[in-house]
Amino acid sequence: MAPTSDAVAPGSRLPEHPDFLWNNPEPARGYDVLVVGGGGHGLATAYHLARTQGVSNVAVLEKGWLAGGNMARNTTIIRSNYLWDESARIYEHALTLWENLENELDYPVLFDQRGVLNLAHSLQDVRDSVRRVNANRLNGIDAEWLEPAEVKDVCPILNVSPDIRYPVLGASYQPRAGIAKHDHVAWGYARAAAGLGVDLIQNCEVTGIRTSGGRVTGVRTTRGDIAAGKVALCAAGHSSVLAGMVGLRLPVASHPLQAMVSELLEPVHPTVVMSNAVHVYVSQAHKGELVLGAGIDSYNGYGQRGSFHVIERQLTAALELFPIFARAHLLRTWAGIVDVSPDASPIIGRTPIAGLYLNCGWGTGGFKVTPGLGDCFAHTVARDEPHPFVEPFGLERFTTGALVDEHGAAAVAH
Amino acid sequence: MQLIPCPWCGPREEVEFHYGGQAHLSYPTDPAALSDADWAEYVFYRDNPAGPFPERWQHSAGCRRWFNAVRDTRTYEFQAGHRAEDDRQVIP
Ligand SMILES: Cc1cc2nc3c(=O)[nH]c(=O)nc-3n(C[C@H](O)[C@H](O)[C@H](O)COP(=O)(O)OP(=O)(O)OC[C@H]3O[C@@H](n4cnc5c(N)ncnc54)[C@H](O)[C@@H]3O)c2cc1C
Ligand SMILES: [Zn+2]
Repeated sequence: MAPTSDAVAPGSRLPEHPDFLWNNPEPARGYDVLVVGGGGHGLATAYHLARTQGVSNVAVLEKGWLAGGNMARNTTIIRSNYLWDESARIYEHALTLWENLENELDYPVLFDQRGVLNLAHSLQDVRDSVRRVNANRLNGIDAEWLEPAEVKDVCPILNVSPDIRYPVLGASYQPRAGIAKHDHVAWGYARAAAGLGVDLIQNCEVTGIRTSGGRVTGVRTTRGDIAAGKVALCAAGHSSVLAGMVGLRLPVASHPLQAMVSELLEPVHPTVVMSNAVHVYVSQAHKGELVLGAGIDSYNGYGQRGSFHVIERQLTAALELFPIFARAHLLRTWAGIVDVSPDASPIIGRTPIAGLYLNCGWGTGGFKVTPGLGDCFAHTVARDEPHPFVEPFGLERFTTGALVDEHGAAAVAH
Repeated sequence: MQLIPCPWCGPREEVEFHYGGQAHLSYPTDPAALSDADWAEYVFYRDNPAGPFPERWQHSAGCRRWFNAVRDTRTYEFQAGHRAEDDRQVIP
């Protein structure tokens, strides 16, 4: 590819790798709140408990290393163009926080508002997308419907020819959407939380949850028992395993979700392109790799690897849409385990066990909500009362029938 | 690509199969007697273990028959019915 003379050199905006951002304390005997899971959600929740809610006697327990789960595996797409009011509120709250996150954490998270295109490939896709654009606007969210030629203006390397198998009939476009650097987001929250007195404890797997008289009293871990007034679950794909420790069943299924990156390339891809129908989503990372996400495997799985045919199908779609990628080399592929709920919306809030709080079911799309979830979940845990933005997402909706059906705006594409 | 043991056709590639989720679920015998919570259980709640999981598969691009299998969701290994000496056995 021809070098573009006025382009910023790939990687030039990346800060130095941090060598010291938090301590590794020994677990104390007890805490006011234990957050289980040291991914983005756990770290942001701990940060907001200390910073916003004034609860600083908090520990985050992580079975592996901080942010080694889905946080380090996702394709980092951030947007708020969901269909329903309930979703619009929480995702837009998060997007507003992303816009100020570097200042808030005093740490570079490289939030880059390069816009997101969601492609439509059939008449039904077009109608659904236009409906979503209208719904977004009614909720004060920036959204536009673009015709194929306008899509091409935003992303010149996209093939908008009408004679491909799934032609681009247009796209919804959210200019304020974008990507951030997931590792830096985690490090920024970890550093800020540790600075506020939160203990970040790695290599500490929760193996049991202790209760007495219907109330949480603490957890069992691979590093001994730890007492707690409250326990907040942020374990993403492993939430069923943790809830099962207190006999709580969750309406989620864990599935492998794959992604991959190419070698480093000159800047060629100016935005983020997603397609639900052909199931591929592509952006170019700050350093220059193409980052491509696939669909989930159909079967339940915890193995952190996925099926080869899913990648094959996704790359076929990617090459039709982006002929320029044909000679790029793939560097690596991997999978994370995501917990998918029946209405493609998260499950957040209190549980039948007093002092035990649930945050799960974000499935394939929970990175984008990290700052907003941290704020609203910390509120829910600290006050034992759901924050209004997460209230519609309680477990009881599966019994009342008040589902928040986001399959069209959420389902695997992020 | 993962090989899946069809009890009638033997091991075939994963792409020939369709996944049917948890096995051994049956429609409520007395639907009118179910509470909203019971219906929620039936419609939305499934087991999601990290470990052996009884599930349904269809050999959709082969003999088109459904069968049950026990698969470990951590290793993806099919545990039951994967017997070299008797690949026609219906998986328990
Ligand atoms: C391939 C892929 C691409 C994705 N792309 C996007 C995207 O572009 N945009 C988007 O918005 N979302 C995306 N997601 C989804 C997003 O990554 C998740 O929804 C989000 O990361 C979930 O919250 P989390 O960050 O806290 O989870 P995680 O980072 O997975 O954190 C959970 C943590 O809990 C720990 N844990 C589990 N069990 C225990 C235990 N018993 N004791 C202690 N600790 C435990 C795990 O080790 C893990 O670190 C993607 C996911 C994947 C896998
Ligand atoms: Zn067969």
